[in-house]
Amino acid sequence: MSPVVLGIETSCDETGVGIVRDGVLLADAIASSVDQHARYGGVVPEVAARAHLEAMVPTLDRALADARLRPADVDAVAVTAGPGLAGALLVGVAAAKAYALALGVPLYGVHHLEAHVAVDTLEHGPLPRPAMALLVSGGHSSLLAVPDLAREPVVSLGATVDDAAGEAFDKVARLLGLPFPGGPPIDRLAREGAATIPFPRGKAGDGTYDFSFSGLKTAVARWVEARRAAGEPVPVADVAASFQEAVADVLTAKAVTACRERGIDTLVVGGGVAANSRLRALAAARCEAAGITLRVPRPGLCTDNGAMVAALGGLRVAAGAPASELDLAASSSLPLSA
Amino acid sequence: MLVLALDTSTAACSVALVGVDAAVSGPGSRPVITALAGRVTVDARRHGEVLAPSIAAVLAEAGARPADLGAVVVGTGPGPFTSLRVGMVTGAAIGAARGIPVHGVCSLDALAGDAAALLEAERPGSRDAGRSALAVATDARRREVYWAAYRPATGGSDEPERIIGPAVDRPPDAAARMREAQVGSLFGPGATLYAEAFAGFRPPPRPVFPSPAALVRIVAAALFDGGAPAPLVPLYLRRPDAALPSAPKAVTA
Repeated sequence: MSPVVLGIETSCDETGVGIVRDGVLLADAIASSVDQHARYGGVVPEVAARAHLEAMVPTLDRALADARLRPADVDAVAVTAGPGLAGALLVGVAAAKAYALALGVPLYGVHHLEAHVAVDTLEHGPLPRPAMALLVSGGHSSLLAVPDLAREPVVSLGATVDDAAGEAFDKVARLLGLPFPGGPPIDRLAREGAATIPFPRGKAGDGTYDFSFSGLKTAVARWVEARRAAGEPVPVADVAASFQEAVADVLTAKAVTACRERGIDTLVVGGGVAANSRLRALAAARCEAAGITLRVPRPGLCTDNGAMVAALGGLRVAAGAPASELDLAASSSLPLSA
Repeated sequence: MLVLALDTSTAACSVALVGVDAAVSGPGSRPVITALAGRVTVDARRHGEVLAPSIAAVLAEAGARPADLGAVVVGTGPGPFTSLRVGMVTGAAIGAARGIPVHGVCSLDALAGDAAALLEAERPGSRDAGRSALAVATDARRREVYWAAYRPATGGSDEPERIIGPAVDRPPDAAARMREAQVGSLFGPGATLYAEAFAGFRPPPRPVFPSPAALVRIVAAALFDGGAPAPLVPLYLRRPDAALPSAPKAVTA
């Protein structure tokens, strides 16, 4: 029987426990504290960490129940060691160590972004080597070259130099009076509008694989303020559509360029912003035109979850990768080469 | 019964493996507690790295396996949030993995229990009626202390009974309330850290940290009563720092 790998994710506001056996997802239990953060307009680290402690054991138990397994059936424990919110990460790492120690099974500390890429293998099978990954969320906007998830570190080709794409969605949503998190309401509103406002594409065509969304956010704010100052109504649906178009355009353009320049024919898109309908549509169109195979996990697996950690843990176990020691540190700025 | 006890509510990361034998010699007798192995590491910033290896070390030292554990006892604070959570989630996850009960104990109670035992050793008879109350204080940072006050143990129990707290206060305010409660002895690192505010109490240098053995002593009887322990509740005593957002600032002048 293939090993059962349990994965724990607590890097931000989702307490996730996933269970994977032989590349098959057996359970994906999630407890989210997003409602507790909504009134603050962003994730409050201490509120998130408290919620993780409360939810940790119930979520572990629920995942096992969903998979119809007992703790003794678990053969390895994987956990997000970073990057993320320090206090939040620490709860998951401590829980994972305790679980592994109590069961006498190996522990695998994994990188959050690598796990976001690995989750796609649960839906679409093994990744070709190499593959390209575009990861976009409230905390990250990264373009990664992925040689072999189980054996070689992922290489960062570029990342945002200021705000993450998801952060820009949250800030623009707040500007337009929409709730947190900003991704879903902007996506909905944008369907009723047209992308007619030429907001800037930060760092487009600058020859790097880096992104910038801070200037875009400010441009949207200036445009909206000018309308309000002139006493004119703000066409919020058009603003949402135009902003979303600017984000999706620059993300997909750079991802496709990176694939072409590196001779890579598969692009994986992941992270919470990968749930955005315009990003998915534009990525599909541009990949098709460029002869690139696009792989996007279903939205539930794009946002943070334990399944992605279990998926990567499973690949590591199968490849015979060395386990982590019990003194594994949670690292808010964990580098990819770790 | 083999019991794993741990406390991460102070700068110390304390772990102990303890043998607890049910009372057998008749009514009124108390469980017999035997310390088997222990580790104390004082490093306020490394609980997350130190705790699990310490647990593995005490198990190895005692020649025990995780499957031999009958219960886990954890200190529930009050204490700095991040390290407190490391200990509590560790205890909770071990309990979940092994299917054994996890008992929470206010960490200040353990400190008070050890302080009372020390008093009794130095001045036999301190458990008798008429002795004054005692208090303990630990560092709450931000120029405050976590503290609690206790009535000395009476005939029915070995442990002092908490009458105030746990609370978090500025040292002068805590000292004033201790004086009101006629506290005679004050213990703990909070007392020595704010020696000026607590000058009237002349706190002794020990005990400094809540000991895992004292945590076990406090719940020893409950380990054998077969009931499910109360849910683990961290004693944060403070709300999270979080400000409600103001309206977005204008970017145009």
